[in-house]
Amino acid sequence: MHDSPMKKRIKKAKTVDSLMTKIFYIFGSFFLFFLLILAAYIIGKGVIDFYPELLTFTSKGIGNQFFNTIYLVFLSLVISVPLGVAAGIYMAEYSKDGKFLTFLRICIESLSSLPSIVVGLFGYLVFILMTGAKWNLMAGALAVSILSLPLITTTTEDAIRSLPKGFKEGSMALGASQWRTISKVLLPACLPRIATGIILAAGRGFGEAAALLYTAGQSTIINWSNWDITSPTCPLNPFRPGETLSLHIWGMRTEGSLNPNASAIANFSAAVLVIMVLAFSLLARVITRRISKKSGGLI
Amino acid sequence: MTDIHAKEQTNIKFTVESLNLFYGDFQALNDINLTIEKNEITALIGPSGCGKSTFLKTLNRMNDLEPNVTINGNIYLDSVDVNKDMDAIELRKRVSMVFQQPNPFPKSVYDNVAYGPRINGIRKKTQLDEIVERSLKQAAIWDEVKDRLHKSALGLSGGQQQRLCIARTLALEPEVILMDEPTSALDPISTMKIEDLASELKKNYTIVIVTHNMQQASRISDKTAFFLLGNLVEFDTTITLFSQPSDKRTEEYITGRFG
Amino acid sequence: MSTHKTGTLPSAKQSAFQKFKNEYFWRYLIITCGLFIILLTLGIGFFLVVKGSGTFTEFHHSVWEFLFSSDWSPMDSTTESGGGVGAAIYIFGSISTCTLALLFVAPFSITSAILMTEIAPNSGTKIFQPAIEIFVGIPSVVYGWIGLTVLVPFIKHLFHPKMGGYSVLAASIVLAVMIFPTITTVAADAIRSVSSDYRKAAYGMGSTRWQVIYKVIIPAATPGILTGVILGLARAFGEALAVAMVIGKTRAFPANILSPTNNLTAAIASDMGNSATGGEQNMALWTMALLLFIISIFFIFLIHIISGKEKKKHA
Repeated sequence: MHDSPMKKRIKKAKTVDSLMTKIFYIFGSFFLFFLLILAAYIIGKGVIDFYPELLTFTSKGIGNQFFNTIYLVFLSLVISVPLGVAAGIYMAEYSKDGKFLTFLRICIESLSSLPSIVVGLFGYLVFILMTGAKWNLMAGALAVSILSLPLITTTTEDAIRSLPKGFKEGSMALGASQWRTISKVLLPACLPRIATGIILAAGRGFGEAAALLYTAGQSTIINWSNWDITSPTCPLNPFRPGETLSLHIWGMRTEGSLNPNASAIANFSAAVLVIMVLAFSLLARVITRRISKKSGGLI
Repeated sequence: MTDIHAKEQTNIKFTVESLNLFYGDFQALNDINLTIEKNEITALIGPSGCGKSTFLKTLNRMNDLEPNVTINGNIYLDSVDVNKDMDAIELRKRVSMVFQQPNPFPKSVYDNVAYGPRINGIRKKTQLDEIVERSLKQAAIWDEVKDRLHKSALGLSGGQQQRLCIARTLALEPEVILMDEPTSALDPISTMKIEDLASELKKNYTIVIVTHNMQQASRISDKTAFFLLGNLVEFDTTITLFSQPSDKRTEEYITGRFG
Repeated sequence: MSTHKTGTLPSAKQSAFQKFKNEYFWRYLIITCGLFIILLTLGIGFFLVVKGSGTFTEFHHSVWEFLFSSDWSPMDSTTESGGGVGAAIYIFGSISTCTLALLFVAPFSITSAILMTEIAPNSGTKIFQPAIEIFVGIPSVVYGWIGLTVLVPFIKHLFHPKMGGYSVLAASIVLAVMIFPTITTVAADAIRSVSSDYRKAAYGMGSTRWQVIYKVIIPAATPGILTGVILGLARAFGEALAVAMVIGKTRAFPANILSPTNNLTAAIASDMGNSATGGEQNMALWTMALLLFIISIFFIFLIHIISGKEKKKHA
């Protein structure tokens, strides 16, 4: 042995380092691969179990549930986007730093960490029990709005705050009022970022189930030739019960399901949901990349 | 100074009397008295942190946007008190501002210039076209942008962006243009263009310019005010101030002994 | 008037109505929306407290009984009362599945976060980050469904438990997969925000990468990693349907991790719809919802304490 203790120590450190690097690669990528395989499995299973009637608007298909999902998320965005964007503007532009703003932030944080089943119960209590209504899409949309409100609010606030100060100063120095400055300069400048937040919120809305269990209900009866919006079977009536895709999967779990095609329906629904979520996330990423390219990192 | 006051009453645009400004407890401006005349360029010079930019911003109340600012004293624009008897928005339409960093909006060149007229309720396209063209020509940038009016203003060079910002200001037909170190972010050629432009514009406008560059002040301004530590040390015609400063501190500053 | 005035612009003065229309109306509308969020949050809290406290005020059960008794036999009627409302089994179900899930996933999450930031930052930003962000969005019901159709039979096949594959283990694994993206993203952000000066200094003194990670990065990023763990835990506690599908919904303490049991969210999800409004069982379920609300507020509080301590250290 002609290695000095110093050299020995370095050698040992290097061995440990390369060993740990291997361990990191194995452990670190394990879950990622697992998730990739899972996604591939879900989509593959949906494809294998596919039969043409799945696309129909009958009890054998998921057409109605698919429509309900889209319609419910649309309704929820109609509510949460104006509210969330306005609240974000308030936080970025109108509020003053202080206890009140801190409290508002804590409220938003609390909202965003509420279990969706708790939000669902709140919706059940306020939109169903207290109004005396039956399960309906609007109640579900309101519950989903509560869940997406924090995301839209914080995205809007961050987007406005990250704009260069010069935009606001430039507009104010031209004699624009604060609201003109916000509506004509600041909001257009950060619209793509807000849009990204809204798309992500929509993506989450598609998968929401627990909040809808006692609000939107677990049944759906639609008569596609009935366009009287006040009728409970009209597709566009927001005050009819409307089971969404994710609730449909819940309903198809073996215990309670009487549908002979239950597992095929659930598999296909799961695949559709995952594809929708993937598509929306990708869309959001594409928009984000576009913005950073276009503005050269300015915004 | 009372002299000037009496003699050229009608030519005075701004009269500032005993102006004090505080950021919280810190006094940033200390008893400023000054008059700014029509169709002249008034330069504000001094080392950084001396209060010159802060003073400039009081002239169109841009300080309102910052929290914890207290102002006392009077600023009169055409003998109307801007802090008491005038709406900040109305004031800023008459006294507009160009900033240190060019700050075009992320809109097209055309929409940038048309912004001011539009918020003032001008909707007719022919009228807007006319204002945009006139303003861009006045700002000496028309030839460079006339073929790309509907492309993003963010694609212009820094110097072009700054002239666009001046055009955007001109479209408002203000009475006074405030410039806060408008060339400090620009290259020498762009700087020259802006200086020429300022000299041209004073025929129709009153200009107040903050600059850290004494050569610039001596080249383009008619009057110069020297600020130090929140005080107005000396205010005189540019020729007098640079050739025969009456205060020792002014002399030390303009000969480059500090700052 | 100077000569340049062409008079094209209307007077700078606005009428009171214009001013209202252009400024005040919008200002008040926007402030109202900000206030609305506060009211909404307080409203949710208020309703949960009102409904959830009924068990103690109206039906005179003790908090102790609710938290620590396992006698769950509430009356499902608006007129009768006197049953047991001990939710200990559900509470234990929630705690055990979440803890187990955390034990499963934490090592993977933290190694993933280090891998994507320190060891392979390129593929980290190009592959890991986008992939993980996408997995955050996979609906929990889908995880539950896969758990039900793949994991539960697999456990049954592997271990042959008496009660089938529905088990604490199945629920923990499903939760672990669900919270992996949450913990990993937050932990990776925390690691990325460790000042690169620390890294340079450590490498400059001849440390190997593992030494830098172990001795410098991890200690510096610990508060951020903890925040990620708590956020993950909060998500696991609140998850309802995915767990409900695999936990077996058996009202008994689990004998081991292969036994079925039940938890707070699953019990609420399955029983709330079948209970008579205002009855003892209904009230007890609301109390469970209130407990979930309190737990989620507690987690936020915890995160604030951690980040507050961190700020103090650096101040």
